[in-house]
Amino acid sequence: MNLNIITGIIFLILAPLIGGLIAGADRIVTARMQGRVGPPLLQPFYDVSKLFEKETMVVTTTQYVYVVAYIVFIAFTGALFFSGGDILLVVFALTLAHVFLIMGAYASRSPYSVIGAERELIMLMAFEPAIILCAAGMYLVSKSFFVRDIISYNGAIILLIPGLFFAFLYVFTMKLRKSPFDISTSHHAHQELIKGLTTDFSGSVLGITEIAHWYETVFLLGFIYLFFAFNPVIGIIALIVIYLLEIYIDNVSARVRWSFALKSAWIITAVLGIVNIGILFFRWW
Amino acid sequence: MTYLARSPWVIHYDASSCNGCDIEVLACLTPLYDIERFGIINTGNPKHADVFLVTGSINEQNKEVIKNIYNQIPEPKVVVAIGICATSGGVFRECYNVMGGIDTMIPVDVYVPGCAARPEMIIDGVVKALGILEEKWAKMEAGKK
Amino acid sequence: MELLIFLILFPALAGLLVLLLPKDFLHGAVVKCSALIVAIVSVVLFAAEWNKGIQIYSLASEPTGQLIFLIELLIAIFLLYIGIKNRQYLVIGLVIVQTALVIWLEMAHPVSEITKNLFVDELTLIMALIVGVIGGLIAIYATGYMREYHLQHKEARDRRPLFFCLILVFLSAMFGLIFSNNLVWIFFFWEVTTLCSFLLIGYSGTEDAKKNAFSALWMNLLGGLGFVIALIALTFIKGSSFELMTLITTGPAIALIPAVLIGFAGLTKSAQLPFSSWLLGAMVAPTPVSALLHSSTMVKAGVYIIVRFAPVFEHTYAGYAIALVGAVTFLIASMIAISQSNAKRVLAYSTVANLGLIIACAGIGTYEAMWAAIFLIIFHAIAKSLLFLCVGTAEHSLNSRDIEDMDGLVLKMPKVAGMILIGIAGMFLAPFGMLMSKYATMRAFLDTPGGFLLILILAFGSAVTVFFWSKWMGKIISVPPSSGETIEKRVSISEWAALYSLSALTIVVCFLIPVISSVIVERFLKTTYGMTTSLPFENVVIMILMLVLVLILPLTFLHYRKDKKHTGPYMCGRPVNDAYAFEGSLGIRRELVISNYYLDSWFGEAKLVPVGCAAGVVLILISFAAMLIGGVIL
Repeated sequence: MNLNIITGIIFLILAPLIGGLIAGADRIVTARMQGRVGPPLLQPFYDVSKLFEKETMVVTTTQYVYVVAYIVFIAFTGALFFSGGDILLVVFALTLAHVFLIMGAYASRSPYSVIGAERELIMLMAFEPAIILCAAGMYLVSKSFFVRDIISYNGAIILLIPGLFFAFLYVFTMKLRKSPFDISTSHHAHQELIKGLTTDFSGSVLGITEIAHWYETVFLLGFIYLFFAFNPVIGIIALIVIYLLEIYIDNVSARVRWSFALKSAWIITAVLGIVNIGILFFRWW
Repeated sequence: MTYLARSPWVIHYDASSCNGCDIEVLACLTPLYDIERFGIINTGNPKHADVFLVTGSINEQNKEVIKNIYNQIPEPKVVVAIGICATSGGVFRECYNVMGGIDTMIPVDVYVPGCAARPEMIIDGVVKALGILEEKWAKMEAGKK
Repeated sequence: MELLIFLILFPALAGLLVLLLPKDFLHGAVVKCSALIVAIVSVVLFAAEWNKGIQIYSLASEPTGQLIFLIELLIAIFLLYIGIKNRQYLVIGLVIVQTALVIWLEMAHPVSEITKNLFVDELTLIMALIVGVIGGLIAIYATGYMREYHLQHKEARDRRPLFFCLILVFLSAMFGLIFSNNLVWIFFFWEVTTLCSFLLIGYSGTEDAKKNAFSALWMNLLGGLGFVIALIALTFIKGSSFELMTLITTGPAIALIPAVLIGFAGLTKSAQLPFSSWLLGAMVAPTPVSALLHSSTMVKAGVYIIVRFAPVFEHTYAGYAIALVGAVTFLIASMIAISQSNAKRVLAYSTVANLGLIIACAGIGTYEAMWAAIFLIIFHAIAKSLLFLCVGTAEHSLNSRDIEDMDGLVLKMPKVAGMILIGIAGMFLAPFGMLMSKYATMRAFLDTPGGFLLILILAFGSAVTVFFWSKWMGKIISVPPSSGETIEKRVSISEWAALYSLSALTIVVCFLIPVISSVIVERFLKTTYGMTTSLPFENVVIMILMLVLVLILPLTFLHYRKDKKHTGPYMCGRPVNDAYAFEGSLGIRRELVISNYYLDSWFGEAKLVPVGCAAGVVLILISFAAMLIGGVIL
């Protein structure tokens, strides 16, 4: 066992804090972009604390089970990633976590939840090829699936798999649930789908979902960092730039239909994937 | 102060209002008033909400809906009746189909009169409601023990 | 060797006994006992042989060979009779050509000098376990299922003895196929499985069943024709051999032509595009037949033979073309599965897809790909048989095999629903076997230059797979309005026995991956390739950790069960009653109907099947061209 369990545990403790702060900063930056003052930086923590103060209403008790499983496996995903584990297993665990979240939405059987669940599945379907191909690309570059080996690869991974990186960046928005791909649920006041996926979550169930989302954000940023792991300074700057870019896109774009989201994500992933993976396979550089 | 008061999420329901008060409620979200400063979010979903903003008066069509939404808001919760129609039925009070203000159907905690109610008043009403929300929470906690 | 001969002969003899017994006399008991004996003996065989490597047994070709030839002729005459009676000219033509070739082969090149006719190695043992245990469980399940079947399907003539006889003969043929070292014998058993599947698909005797049975027949006969041509080619190629184990060690220069031709037969039998339609049509048969065809027999015979020849395919263009047929089938069949609402058709497309993945691995033919292929075979057999049997049971209680009708199954049939969830999770979720095999598949594709397109196809195919399985799970677990009593009471004990065993197997075998890998699969790879692979130890630990988590987490239900306030689902404020009806606009009472997405305009059959078939035909032709160029000219 070469897993660095300590970094995994650090992730488990720090990720909600960092994720919450990122969410807070996100809301302030968004507000400023819209010419508003915006909430305090700690607002996401207030929100989640409040959710735990409130009574929890459920349509069926099984909702709890699914949401708890969701956060457990999201945390597991991140911990495995940050302790240097196998990147494919990380991707599989991420899928498992999302399937649990989706089951939580299905269980309530309200039309809004179910449509949210179906759309989330479509988003999953759009997202999955890109992240799998990124893992494949990293394997082709570093000859290992283990995050610890990829991170210690001496060379700029981003320069070898720029295509896959852009494909990942495209679907990254889906995972952050930001516009234009916030079709399954949204942080903003779009209400045609109420809250989609999370419509029938309330109180602590919703609070758990929020915390899981923070874990996920930190994990995904960690994944992006892998591309820049050769230089931590560049890596951190890249993360900040990319996140700001996501906020910008969130604010300037309108929601798209699922068909556009799926089609565009697949076409981009397929084209960039074929080119980039092809170059790596046949060593054309 | 509980976290409830720092993050009151609202749901807004238009019960046969003329839309005047609704526009004013939404105006609170605009950069000019920016209620998100206080952590207020318009959720549009009773299951996420703490504060129930109702505009317009009760009639046969919406009485069940209002009751249903109210029941789906988890405790503790407060109701703010916005505009004169919501507080008493206003000029429609005597209409054959109007039953009166919101309090004929569900308990109302804060009344914000006006035709239409101004955004400042609405914000003021919500802030008042937060005090009541905290009281209710304290009562709820005491009940648990 | 006695065990091998016992396993080949016993089920067939038991089947004949069932056929000869007087009406309704001890049928169920005989079938159950013999299925149990078959399962036990295959486990005994495994226990006796697992550490012995390749064991080749001598058995005189005559008179068995003559008997086989005789039976082959009888089968041909029977098929000819059926074909003429039903005016199936394609079938008649194929039977005549095939039989003529077989007779010519027998007369011109008698292969009586072969003595090493039976063999056992690790792959054979795994297949024997799959056929014996899973096939046995399906047979046991069938005894309970068929009684209910005939109560519900009055249009089908009750020919249960014939049915059980065919199922048992089928098992015999499968054992014969995997134990034979003589390719002529393998061909014989190959044809017997074709015949049995034809008769079983047409069992109910309806027009639909007949039509589908004949389409299965001609496609498999076409594959059989490929097999015969391979045998004839063997007589012309210098240095080749009719002994399977000798042939595959001769390398692509000699063995490529027969390997590709037999691989073609394998593609038809395992229902790859463009031949997928017969397996879909086979859905008209009673569920145990589908389960048998899909999990432990028939289609597994197809992939088994391709996996056998995988070392020959390694680093050849022909092998790569076959791998692409598999990969394209994997992608297209998974996509079509999204658009299906009939549970059995979803399962069928998923079978076709997973077989495609196995064939993609076998076509690549490296040792890593083989590791993945063998585990895919194991896990697919277990999870898929479980799913089929569950769907069959649910169908009898719900009177529908539509996924939409399984709404809230978790309350109506909690046990069956739980088993379906286990089966589905076994098919696509992380800590379970199929996904671990997919992990190995990915690594195998990335480690060989040929894997370039395959890895892309796999990435997209996996994403699609998540969609159609998850929405099915969602349908089952969504909690319906006031469901009332469970309706599981009518399920018979023999059905429960099979279902419980398979559910347990699905989970237990996941825990056993490291053991199976080191004890069986790695030995097999070592003898075949001289190299071996396995999952990294660390990943095994992580996987088992996840598995334990998945099994523990449902227990949190017990913690959260108490004092939670329940409320209806959010319906935009509309009050909903227990039956999920609400007052719509204009005071009209409406009922809430929730349906899954099927995305028909994207993934509909009409749209994708022609594309897939065209791709399949082109790729098969390419594999033939590559075979001729690689095997003859160069």
